[in-house]
Amino acid sequence: MPYPADYRYTKQHEWIHADGGGIAAVGITDFAQKQIGEVVFVGLPKVGDKFKAGQELASVESVKAVFEVFAPASGEIIEVNTALESAPEKVNADPHGEAWFAKLRLSNSEELKELMDADAYEKYCPECEPR
Amino acid sequence: MADKIVKATRHVNQNEGLIFEKSSPGKRGFDLAPLDVPRADPAVALGENHRAEGVTSFPEVSEIEVLRHFTRLSTWNYAIDLGMYPLGSCTMKYNPRVNEFVARLDGIATEHPLQPAELSQGCLKIARLLERCLCEITGMDAVTLQPSAGAQGELTGILLIRAYLKKHGSPRKKVLVPDSAHGTNPATAVIAGYQVENIPSDARGQIDVAKLREQVTEDVAALMVTLPSTLGIFEGRIAEIADILHSKGALLYMDGANMNALAGIARPGDFGADVMHLNLHKTFSTPHGGGGPGAGPVAMKKILEPFRPVPVLVETEEGKLALDDERPDSIGRVRAFFGNFGVLVRALAYILAYGPGIRQATEDAVLNANYIRKHLAGIFDLPYDLPSLHEVVFSDEIQKKNGVNTMDIAKRLIDYGFHPYTTAFPLIVHGALMIEPTESESKEECDLFIEAMRAIAEEAASNPELVRQAPHTTRIGRLDEVTAARKPKLRWSES
Amino acid sequence: MRYLPKSPAERRQMLDAIGARSIDDLFAGIPERFRLREALKLPGPYSESEVIQYFKERAAESSTGYTSFLGAGVYHHLRSVVTDTIIQRGEFLTSYTPYQAEISQGTLQAIFEFQTLMCQLTGQEVANASMWDGSTATTEAALMAERITGRSRVLVARSLHPEYRKVLETYAENSSLRIEELPFGTDGKVDRQKLDAALGDDVAAVIIQSPNFFGVIEYEPELARQVHSAAALLVVAITEAVSLGAVRPPGEADIVAMEGQSFGLPPSYGGPFVGVLASRMKYVRQMPGRLAGQAADSQGRRGFVLTLAAREQHIRREKATSNICTNQALCALAVTVHLSLLGKEGLRDVAEQNLSKGQFACSELTKVRGVERAFAGPFFNEFTIRLPRTARDVNRELLGYKIIGPLALDAAYPGLANHALVCVTETTTRAQIEGLAAALARILA
Repeated sequence: MPYPADYRYTKQHEWIHADGGGIAAVGITDFAQKQIGEVVFVGLPKVGDKFKAGQELASVESVKAVFEVFAPASGEIIEVNTALESAPEKVNADPHGEAWFAKLRLSNSEELKELMDADAYEKYCPECEPR
Repeated sequence: MADKIVKATRHVNQNEGLIFEKSSPGKRGFDLAPLDVPRADPAVALGENHRAEGVTSFPEVSEIEVLRHFTRLSTWNYAIDLGMYPLGSCTMKYNPRVNEFVARLDGIATEHPLQPAELSQGCLKIARLLERCLCEITGMDAVTLQPSAGAQGELTGILLIRAYLKKHGSPRKKVLVPDSAHGTNPATAVIAGYQVENIPSDARGQIDVAKLREQVTEDVAALMVTLPSTLGIFEGRIAEIADILHSKGALLYMDGANMNALAGIARPGDFGADVMHLNLHKTFSTPHGGGGPGAGPVAMKKILEPFRPVPVLVETEEGKLALDDERPDSIGRVRAFFGNFGVLVRALAYILAYGPGIRQATEDAVLNANYIRKHLAGIFDLPYDLPSLHEVVFSDEIQKKNGVNTMDIAKRLIDYGFHPYTTAFPLIVHGALMIEPTESESKEECDLFIEAMRAIAEEAASNPELVRQAPHTTRIGRLDEVTAARKPKLRWSES
Repeated sequence: MRYLPKSPAERRQMLDAIGARSIDDLFAGIPERFRLREALKLPGPYSESEVIQYFKERAAESSTGYTSFLGAGVYHHLRSVVTDTIIQRGEFLTSYTPYQAEISQGTLQAIFEFQTLMCQLTGQEVANASMWDGSTATTEAALMAERITGRSRVLVARSLHPEYRKVLETYAENSSLRIEELPFGTDGKVDRQKLDAALGDDVAAVIIQSPNFFGVIEYEPELARQVHSAAALLVVAITEAVSLGAVRPPGEADIVAMEGQSFGLPPSYGGPFVGVLASRMKYVRQMPGRLAGQAADSQGRRGFVLTLAAREQHIRREKATSNICTNQALCALAVTVHLSLLGKEGLRDVAEQNLSKGQFACSELTKVRGVERAFAGPFFNEFTIRLPRTARDVNRELLGYKIIGPLALDAAYPGLANHALVCVTETTTRAQIEGLAAALARILA
């Protein structure tokens, strides 16, 4: 699955997509969903929750494990994707599109500049493959 | 496929639905003697609290249906009584039947924990003798029999450490846990209010002592260590490790899950452990029962004795035994009443049957594990080449080349008539196969296991799909755990 | 030794195959100075008959021959022999936790049935595969309420079993939970005005017991409304599970924490017992302990599997919220068998017998001059009496009549030195109840 060019990516395999108006959607990448395997549950934040970049924002469960999802940038949650509650499998099917986790009002859009772009992220992934 | 499998075969067994599906109004499986006092009208006695309609949808079946129902269900289980469970660190040994008999005696099974001590001397003597035996086996000074399970024993142990350190100035902040540890260890430390810091293993799977020296500061309350480790390997530098901790005022907690490699051979109290828990349902033969009950007594050095949970077993001036609740430094109560007493009875019966001969059981456990190791090394990858004690850890490195992993091999082992070994643990070995036969396995059973594993390794090379789709001979195949977790159905309901 | 299936020749063969001279070689990894040279000083070895003899001698130093009026969280009830027949089957007794579902369907289906029965009894939507006992189930309920609400204050009725409260304190001390006790009123129930004053937006849960420690039925829907109006959760603890055969379940409670010992487990000096934790489906992911769920294999055959395992601590490690690994599977199985035998009508009958014995005992005892009932209100099979002297003294004298008297309450409730908790069940005969009354009449004369 190609990595959208206008997204930014973190070392922990989250993506963030800013709309230019100070709002950004976040989710996990295709690489992440492959590592996790079939997703059975997504633990989402609540509207109004505030996060600093790097804080745990959500969790994803497979049958045997739990994975933390960290906020790629700082901001306040203005919307969560409740569709994931009844259909967690969307994370496997369309991790960059339908399976956005939440939308943030960014507190500092400069933070995105420090994240990887699609090319850099594609090069980074092979380093993360487990033994 | 059929000729290679010696221990097991297909067999007709009974289908059975849920007990609710056999229910029909008016059937019952138990009668009471007639009431010998005036019958109270529940509507009057209870008023609006009365559950007039009874328990809705409760099953209604006869005695024979109940007996058949559960008998049929039982035949779908594997059990120690049928053969080996090579599960690492579970110590699935024989559950002696005399233990079941004595636990059910009138005068033991019938006793109420709140009855006067003078009528409970028998029970209290059982508890005291068990305490003494466990002290002797572990080389410790005192024991608490209160914790209900290994995990609760661990928590009790860490709380003892916390209480001790607090009394001496500060409880400190961190607990160190090796990366090979079982997940209960860090979970326990967190619940006890500590931060967890991981200690890496070195290339030989042992604790990296140099790193430990750096990491042990006055912020560290304890190191939690399993001995032998989850790799079945003894930490040769344990005395040094204990010294490093003690020199900084920290304590050494030992997870006693692997005590089956040590009983009668070496004593944790001798090599520097300050406190440890034991799993009576592992080392001391009390039955697993499908997942409990167990018991997790904690043995400790004298310094921790004042902090023991209540009630504490004491001797009165008249030489009688009693339970004491008034212990000012105690960490408190960890459960109501006196612990899983029935489990304690079984453990004592086990110890009495062996006496000092318990060493022989340990030797046979280690003999079996090494015999299996010898015959499977080279066929399965052995990541750490150090001597194994009572368990051995292989990896699926060789079989993975054909796309067969440890879980697949484990499932195929079921077709060969065994329960799987422990898969995917410890985490420091990728694709682990953790095998602990215990002393209860004869040479015959060990040979059957070895043959089965060899046959599966061959299949992994010549017919990997057969292994990957296993098991083939069970009542049901691999279940769709993903859907079960996505759309949980956790009870029967009428519609 | 009869538990070890090895002959000396086989041991030798195996050592040879390994290439070891002696068994000591295999322990070379343990530093020499720690290896024991002498045998441990342990009693034994005992033959089977000697093991039995030892325990029979201990069993003789017991309460055999005495009539007991003790309850207070552990109850004497009838058990069918069929229960032991089933739980003694090797396939149940000696099987492991059902992680390998294909060869553990017996255990898993039984757990599923247990979970269902507990829901039916308590009126809740989901129940787990059991906890260690009622006291730890109650503690887990408090921790669960903290996770669900994000709040840390827990209000606990003093009419909750004293040992349960002590366990809660032990766990609270090392967590962020703050426990506050609510006093009881002259009716023995939680003081509702004090509750009202204590409720606030930092309260995670209110914990009551019903029937409570004094035997009084405390739960009522109005109490649930009061608690919910502060957006807190109501936890109801139940120590005498048989009560649910006649007493309506706490339907508006958010979590029920129950002791299941009354359903087929002997008192056994305090354990092993079985805790029940039941709640709403919406809280299931905050629930500790194991859960068996229905699943299908690739052929569509129905089976059962441990599910929602990601909550468990061996997966969460440092992020675990509970450190419970085991359930009490065999005890839960005993309960499942027992309840299947009783069935709907049998449970109703047992409950009604207990209720009748309770009413009869209360009436007979309060006829004795000096004996009064304390804490009025509907009760099930336990009630509190007040004596003209300390209950301890009276009980000491009752022992002379081979009666283990009702539990003296002063240890747990210093203000109640003359109070005692009477328990009668379907196993208490009319003659025994009349015997207690007669003995009391003589002692108090």
